[in-house]
Amino acid sequence: MGNVLAFRNLTLGYDRHPAVHHLEGEVPDGDLLAICGPNGAGKSTLLKGIAGVLTPLTGRIEGHVPAREIAYLPQAAEVDRSFPIDVYDLVSMGLWRRAGLFGGINRADRARIEQALAAVGLEGFEARPIGTLSGGQMQRALFARMLLQDARLLLLDEPFTALDAGTITDLTALVKRWNGEGRTVIAVLHDFELVRGHFPRTLLLAREAVAWGATGDVLTSDNLAQARRMCEAWDEDAPACAPTSGRAA
Amino acid sequence: MYDYVIGPFAEFDFMRRALVGVLALGVGAGPIGVLMMLRRMSLAGDAMAHAILPGAAVGFLAAGLNLFAMTVGGLVAGFAVALGAGAVARATQMKEDAALAAFYLISLALGVLLVSLRGSNVDLLHVLFGTVLALDDATLLLIVSISSLTLLALALAWRPLVLESVDPGFLRSVSRAGAPTHLIFLALVVMNLVGGFHALGTLLAVGLMMLPAAAGRFWTRELTALVGLSVLIACASGVLGLLVSYHSGVPSGPAIILVAGGAYALSVLFGPVGGLLPRFLPNRHLEA
Repeated sequence: MGNVLAFRNLTLGYDRHPAVHHLEGEVPDGDLLAICGPNGAGKSTLLKGIAGVLTPLTGRIEGHVPAREIAYLPQAAEVDRSFPIDVYDLVSMGLWRRAGLFGGINRADRARIEQALAAVGLEGFEARPIGTLSGGQMQRALFARMLLQDARLLLLDEPFTALDAGTITDLTALVKRWNGEGRTVIAVLHDFELVRGHFPRTLLLAREAVAWGATGDVLTSDNLAQARRMCEAWDEDAPACAPTSGRAA
Repeated sequence: MYDYVIGPFAEFDFMRRALVGVLALGVGAGPIGVLMMLRRMSLAGDAMAHAILPGAAVGFLAAGLNLFAMTVGGLVAGFAVALGAGAVARATQMKEDAALAAFYLISLALGVLLVSLRGSNVDLLHVLFGTVLALDDATLLLIVSISSLTLLALALAWRPLVLESVDPGFLRSVSRAGAPTHLIFLALVVMNLVGGFHALGTLLAVGLMMLPAAAGRFWTRELTALVGLSVLIACASGVLGLLVSYHSGVPSGPAIILVAGGAYALSVLFGPVGGLLPRFLPNRHLEA
């Protein structure tokens, strides 16, 4: 089993300020990885880098899956809830890779859309305008769309924020089902209980990797305290970072 | 009734030409207006209409009331502003609305400067308010071609256009179609404004796009229906406006836009989707 991703001395950031600093490591194929860390630790930035939305300042991300095999659900999806479109059409966007610009949607596709809606518990919502969905229903619809994307690498940025326990349970089951099908899932999460319960591996990030490995070994109180300390430092007048090769991680 | 509604068109050639012109404009402007409204570009259309004005004026100065020169001038100025603003918005931290404002103001000032440098006190009323009652064959052909091209382009780019409006982040993550789609759309907007200015003038052309779309939004929650409805309102406003103008002697361009404005006002008041009156009707809420 190879790697899906490898970070090589990766630095990502905004305005030259690094949000992810000299990250080094690999994500094996079929991994179920949680990324944890305080606010401002660079978790979302790292996902953006993997998704290809953000270009590294230095270093690189070696992706061993083609870009179209990556499905990315950002933290605050930019969905325009006032747009006059129904749940069915929103979810069917997940077929973009198959249908593209002009491709038709055939009977098999329709069956898949219905299955996806059923998998997230949204049967009967097909004709509802997206503006009438609750937060939880919207997230279910976005998961259904992701299901249709049929990607090998799934990136979820705080997918369970502001959701009730029932929705989290359902969507977590879906994440585990994806992983069971051999897909790699990387999720940014804040709920340590959830991570301990369902994610075998964790990366604890505080701009740099504080710890990366089996969840039980990573989420220790020492590591968490260290992550908090590392994130609180933000120097507006930070000097330029020394040439990358000479720096110890 | 016949005398009032059919008569003017049956009797006069210029009214028939005007009819074809406004119907063709309505068919193209309807869907473009809907997409602009849904992409929160309602005012961007107005800015681009201002940007076209100096281009058309320069064409007018160079070659007089020449269809080709004014069309090319308008297209060049419109594209330059749309592309320049788009490029600045994508390459820098500046948001597109601010960039667009900057570019159209520069374009407008440049146009006024060029016109005054020539020192001639030209009659720009044509450019400002159009001459829907004096459309010649070439102009009519231009308007109809622009409408046809618009419908064709929209049919081809409909899926990414809608996707980019609903969830731009998602489109970015699955495809690189976003940027070219946006450019094609801007090109269509500029083309329709240039087509519209021959009939309605640069400043009013945008009215036939935005007012029907804004009115339609009060009647439906469904995209396809919204597009159909805006085309209907745009065309009906064109026909009604021509008749009002014919019978009362007021200028036809403003008459057409004011009819569309009336449709908008009625929709705001009575539209079932978020209109004012339905809000105050004694409506008992439904069972949970």
